[in-house]
Amino acid sequence: MAYTEEELKKELETKEYEYGFYTDIESDTFPNGLNEEVVIAISKKKEEPEWMTEWRLEAFRIWKEMEEPEWANVTYDKPDFQAISYYSAPNKKPKYDSLDEVDPELLDTFKRLGISLDEQKKLAGVAVDIVMDSVSVATTFKKTLGEKGIIFCSISEAIREHPELVRKHLGTVVPQKDNFYAALNSAVFSDGSFCYIPKGVRCPMELSTYFRINQAGTGQFERTLVVADEGSYVSYLEGCTAPSRDENQLHAAVVELIALDDAEIKYSTVQNWFPGNKEGKGGVFNFVTKRGICEKNAKISWTQVETGSAVTWKYPSCILKGDNSIGEFYSIAVTNNFQQADTGTKMIHLGKNTRSTIISKGISAGKSQNSYRGLVQVGSRAANARNFSQCDSLLMGNECGAHTFPYIEAKNSTAQIEHEATTSKIGEDQIFYCNQRGIDTEKAIALIVNGFSKEVLNKLPMEFAVEAQKLLEISLEGSVG
Amino acid sequence: MLKINNLHARVEDKEILKGINLTVNAGEVHAIMGPNGSGKSTLASVIAGKEDFEVTEGEVILDEENLEDVSPEDRAHKGVFLSFQYPVEIPGVSVTNFMKTAINESRKAKGLEDMPAKDMLKLIREKSELLEIDRKFLSRSLNEGFSGGEKKRNEIFQMAMLEPKLAILDETDSGLDIDALRVVANGVNKLKTKDNAVIVITHYQRLLEYIVPDFIHVLHDGKIVKSGTKELALELEEKGYDWLKNEAVVK
Repeated sequence: MAYTEEELKKELETKEYEYGFYTDIESDTFPNGLNEEVVIAISKKKEEPEWMTEWRLEAFRIWKEMEEPEWANVTYDKPDFQAISYYSAPNKKPKYDSLDEVDPELLDTFKRLGISLDEQKKLAGVAVDIVMDSVSVATTFKKTLGEKGIIFCSISEAIREHPELVRKHLGTVVPQKDNFYAALNSAVFSDGSFCYIPKGVRCPMELSTYFRINQAGTGQFERTLVVADEGSYVSYLEGCTAPSRDENQLHAAVVELIALDDAEIKYSTVQNWFPGNKEGKGGVFNFVTKRGICEKNAKISWTQVETGSAVTWKYPSCILKGDNSIGEFYSIAVTNNFQQADTGTKMIHLGKNTRSTIISKGISAGKSQNSYRGLVQVGSRAANARNFSQCDSLLMGNECGAHTFPYIEAKNSTAQIEHEATTSKIGEDQIFYCNQRGIDTEKAIALIVNGFSKEVLNKLPMEFAVEAQKLLEISLEGSVG
Repeated sequence: MLKINNLHARVEDKEILKGINLTVNAGEVHAIMGPNGSGKSTLASVIAGKEDFEVTEGEVILDEENLEDVSPEDRAHKGVFLSFQYPVEIPGVSVTNFMKTAINESRKAKGLEDMPAKDMLKLIREKSELLEIDRKFLSRSLNEGFSGGEKKRNEIFQMAMLEPKLAILDETDSGLDIDALRVVANGVNKLKTKDNAVIVITHYQRLLEYIVPDFIHVLHDGKIVKSGTKELALELEEKGYDWLKNEAVVK
């Protein structure tokens, strides 16, 4: 069988969501709807101090006055925010001391996802804080990290145990009023992760968190805060899978990174939420606000592999406030069937000699729409700021779309900004060439896509890169084999 | 090994091959010559299984097996190799990675495990030395930014790695300077055994000074109009193809 556009299209359509199963775990779920009482109840449920409750309420009041943004290149039925339950937690026990106490069905879910905790525990170098339907059920490697003074826990725990740190930094990069989804998240965030690396400490392992949406009709509002104190280093991994569902599930996370003087944060994401079926029904709405701030000589790298979700609205950004600070954004976004992605980054150059790099790889197949939207902004005091952007698009078939919206605003004449862009299509000649060497069409597409994405895949930590490569294959291949 | 009977093939509505008969035995080198548009490259593509061409009549038989319903990748697994006239670029995929994938896919088709990394390295070292290829070259993206000569040398390197039963070299000499031509031809000669066969497609007699064929066939308007031994090439060089075209008309 030789490759034709028609066959390729057919193959792509028959791809099913590999992780589409549903685990029935008794949940403690709030009734649908959102008002001040619900916000207070969430805060109470999580045993939060009063300042936190107030902070949430303030966010809720701001959100009530805001409009859902419509400027992104995506179309979807807006969620009914009163038809969503804002809290759900696996409820048998609030906390587990060891794996033996964890619900066996939950453990089985993790096993089917290929992230068995047993294995994770043994995997030296990876600490895992697993968030399942909002409440952290397991935290590993805490001790090792503790010896170095590193704090890595759920955000709820951090609010209770380290209120001074949370209070000082929460909302400083993404304020409550930042945007519609950020305000909503600030009001109702259920859980998430918190990480603090003390001065001069190099975190000895990759920190990773697996997110998962599991309860029907439960929105997930994760909140992540990473603070790297002066001269410290941390690499943080975030990976996601979700079971298949008929109705759209809303996900509005907020991630804030703070890199103080001379600190470095690497933040890597592999996102594989249910993209909807091949008719475009169902799938996760992924409206995420991710932003980091760099103080003097600090560096923040965002690396993302986005293969899932029905609609993605996501712009991991860097505010390069300190002189000589560096921001990087490496992204692979894959869309298939009816998926829509509007993703990119913002690099805000404020300090002198600040540098940023943007490498974006968009792969579109089926009837999907894939947009890169980026802003490079150079402030009037950012002398010698430099930016290099490269946006490449790969198209498969004749019904998908790739769009690029680069915005550049330079207010300092010493700025140097470069932008390169390419658009290409997987050619029948490339496929036949591979076929002739004994490589079947499915494998050939994977090979070509991996080659296209290589510059970004190379930026991922080793163990993540392997997973990401597999995801690219799953996302684009037929169901054969 | 290869038997082609009364092969007719067309692309869209245009008939290109109009009844080709050809038998290639193990240990033989055949050259196919002919003017532009005579169907040389089409014949190569049809043997390799490219589906742009529709076989309307006749058959291609490899080791007693009719290849009609055999996919291009399975033909490759059965030992058919085509050195492309215009090798394609695959950005981001290194020559090494591409070869590793090709070899392991072939092994998988035969029910074998992946080749151990150690053996793969050894094989790469051997074959790159054979073709005087700098190892650094192997980490470059496949054919991306390669010169004409590098592309052709890379094709023969792949042939060396895959050790095909039947190798078809489609205008491998085009774009090669005389030194590169010698290296490539030496490579092909060293790979030649009594168990494999080579079909060399070329315009000119020049390549045949280095890769000496047992038989030469002249293709004209989709048919083999003359077959002979290597002396035929010299005659062609002297008289040009028009001589045969006229002869074909007279027939």
